[in-house]
This record gives sequence, structure tokens and C-alpha cells, in this order.
Amino acid sequence: MTSEQANPIAQVLREHPQDLLEQWIQVQMDAPWVRLDLIGEAEIRAQSAELIELLGAACQSGNVSDIQADEWGRVRDFLRELSRSRATLGFSPTETAQFVLSFKMPLINMLRQASPSLDMQVWQTMWQASVLVDDLALYLLDVYMTSREQVIKRQQMELMELSTPVVQVWEGILVLPIIGTLDTARTQVVMENLLQAIVETASDIAIIDITGVPMVDTSVAQHLIKTVTAARLMGARCIVSGIRPQIAQTMVNLGVTFADITTRASLADALAYAFAQLNMRVTRNESS
Amino acid sequence: MEKIPILKLGDLLLVSIQVDMHDRLALALQDDLTGQVVKHKARGVLIDISALEIVDSFIGRMLSNIAAMTRTLGAETVVVGMRPAVAITIVELGMALNDVHTALNVEKGIALLESLIREREAVEAHEGPQP
Repeated sequence: MTSEQANPIAQVLREHPQDLLEQWIQVQMDAPWVRLDLIGEAEIRAQSAELIELLGAACQSGNVSDIQADEWGRVRDFLRELSRSRATLGFSPTETAQFVLSFKMPLINMLRQASPSLDMQVWQTMWQASVLVDDLALYLLDVYMTSREQVIKRQQMELMELSTPVVQVWEGILVLPIIGTLDTARTQVVMENLLQAIVETASDIAIIDITGVPMVDTSVAQHLIKTVTAARLMGARCIVSGIRPQIAQTMVNLGVTFADITTRASLADALAYAFAQLNMRVTRNESS
Repeated sequence: MEKIPILKLGDLLLVSIQVDMHDRLALALQDDLTGQVVKHKARGVLIDISALEIVDSFIGRMLSNIAAMTRTLGAETVVVGMRPAVAITIVELGMALNDVHTALNVEKGIALLESLIREREAVEAHEGPQP
């Protein structure tokens, strides 16, 4: 394209990458949103330098408006990677966006120097307007993300409650199938649900089935013991069932024991034990 | 000073805690209850804590202590009606109250007490009269 020579942005990026970098680093270091607790200056410098280089290469093509075009592919890849790494580090969306937005100041500064004829007053006003709009957009982004996170959090809560059902299988017998691992938050929900169900159904026996628990380590065992103890304080006896052979082996190897807790290999065994405890039995009808 | 009433029903003693326990009240109850067990030759004690909303480690230990004391005096203790929130608090405090019998409500508690007393009598009968 012939516009290559004419485009001042491409020109500035090609001719003054070092000045741009120094100014940009300065802006980022002085900004109130800089997160030196999460990322070091050396890394910011490396990332900034790389982006300037990629931008320069992309702008050489003469296309400075459509970043979806093929020439901008490497810039997009770089930004995608940067966004992912910053999200993992714990940057907020606005802090991540500020990284790119803060490049505006050095870039426009250089452009202004390149065309000294521009009216200072006009330049100032345009700069102010631009920053104002950016700030508004960032604020909107932040608010939007917050409300979205609330939706996700609520869904997580609902999922957690749905994933820990308490089922009354017989008068006085509750079954609590646990699918997935038991962490502290989940234990809390499981415990509350179970205790509430014990009160509502006046049950004597609660069977906790851990067939769906992939791994029982010391912390999972600790959580199970807590749940069993709480149920016992409410006057219900607990049986832990669904202990797979591998799980039994891992538990013994780890030194985890369920002392004082009745355990059974399968839910059927636990149910039979529960019936026996309640002085009930299941009999086959005499065939006629 | 407020006092927690202890009701005698046959050879059982019923205690219903309807007020928030504070440490001095707990100690007074402990004192009063052991006295009553001896006085009435009670075989069982039922403590209803369904109205208790707040527990701390002191109250937890007191329940444990009362169970141990009455056992020494020949009576079994059953704690009934613990609320879910209270049970969770006790577990979170790291207290299992392993030596305290529990039941869901007064009815089940009395049934449990009766079976415990029968069990104890059977053991004692088996041991025979002490020389």
C-alpha cells in the first residue's frame, strides 16, 4: 500500500520505539492502578516492549483501523495470552485493560511532537475528552463484571445445594449420596442439609454414601467425621457406605481411620444394617 | 437469681433449659442436678436444650461434665433437641461430646434412657451382688 509512508502512527512506532517504551513504562509505574505486588517492573517492561514491536509490525501494513484483519493476528495472540496470564495472577478486568489504554498517552505525545503545528489548546481538550470516555468505559466494564460475578456465584450456590440431596428412603432412614469431592464449603452445605432433614423427618439413622467421592484423603475424612459428629449430636446415628476397595486401601495407607463410625462397603449393606438397628426386616412374600 | 427447674418423673429427672446459659447458671445447674440425682436416687437424666441457641466451649464442656458426674452417681444422661446450628458450632469448636448420649426429641430421649437403664441393670445383675 502507498499509505504506508503517510501514516503517522506507523511512522512513530517505527522511528521511536525506545522513547515510546520509556514513556509508557513511566506512565504505568506512576499510575494508581499499577499492581507491583502481582507483577514486577521487568516483566511489565518486557511485555510493553513486545507489544510495541508487534504493533509496529502490524501498522507497517498500512492498516491501522481494523484489528480483526490478518496483519493483526500476532497482536491479538499476544493480548490473549497477556489477558489470560493477568487473570490468573489476579488482575481485575479494568487493571488489565489499563495496560493497553495507558499506551495512548505516550503514543499521542509522540504524534503531537511529530506535528508541531497542532494547537495546544485543542490538543488538551481532545485529550481530556478521550480520557473521560475511557474512564467511563472502564467503569462500565467493572460494574458489568461485578454483576456477572454475582450471577456466577449464585449459580455456584444453587449447584452446590442441588448436588447434595438428602433422601428419605424409609421412615427413620436418610440417605445422603455425596458425588464429587468434599471441601470445607461443601461440607458446610452437606452438614446443614443433613441436620435440617434429620429435624424435619425425625430420622434415627443417616447413611452417608461416598460411592461418588473420587478420593478420600485426610481432609475429606476430617470433613466426614465432622458431619457424622454433628448428626450424632442431634441424636442420629450415621453409617458411612460406598467405600470402594481402592479407597479403603488408600485410607489405611494414609493412616486415616473412621474410628467409632459404622462403615459398610455398599449402600445395600448399610440399609440392611439400618433396618436391623430399627428392629425391622425385609421378608420375601410366600409365593402362592 | 434465676434457676433452671429440675422435674422428677419416676426415676428420671427432666431438665429443660429455656434461657440462655451463662457460666454461673451452668455451674449452679451442675451443682443442683448432682444433688437431686443423689436425693431422688434417679436412674436417668434428660436435658432438653431445644431452646438453646448459643453455645460456647464452656457449655459444651458442662454437658460433658454433667454426663460424667451423673454416671458416677449411677444415672445415665441424655441430651435432647439440639438445634442444627448448635450441633455445627460444637463440631466447629472441635468438641465431639463422645461420652454424651443424644436424641432428637424428648420422646426418643426417654426411650433411649429406658434402654440405657435396662442395659445397665442387666450388666449389674450379671455381675451379681457385690460382696
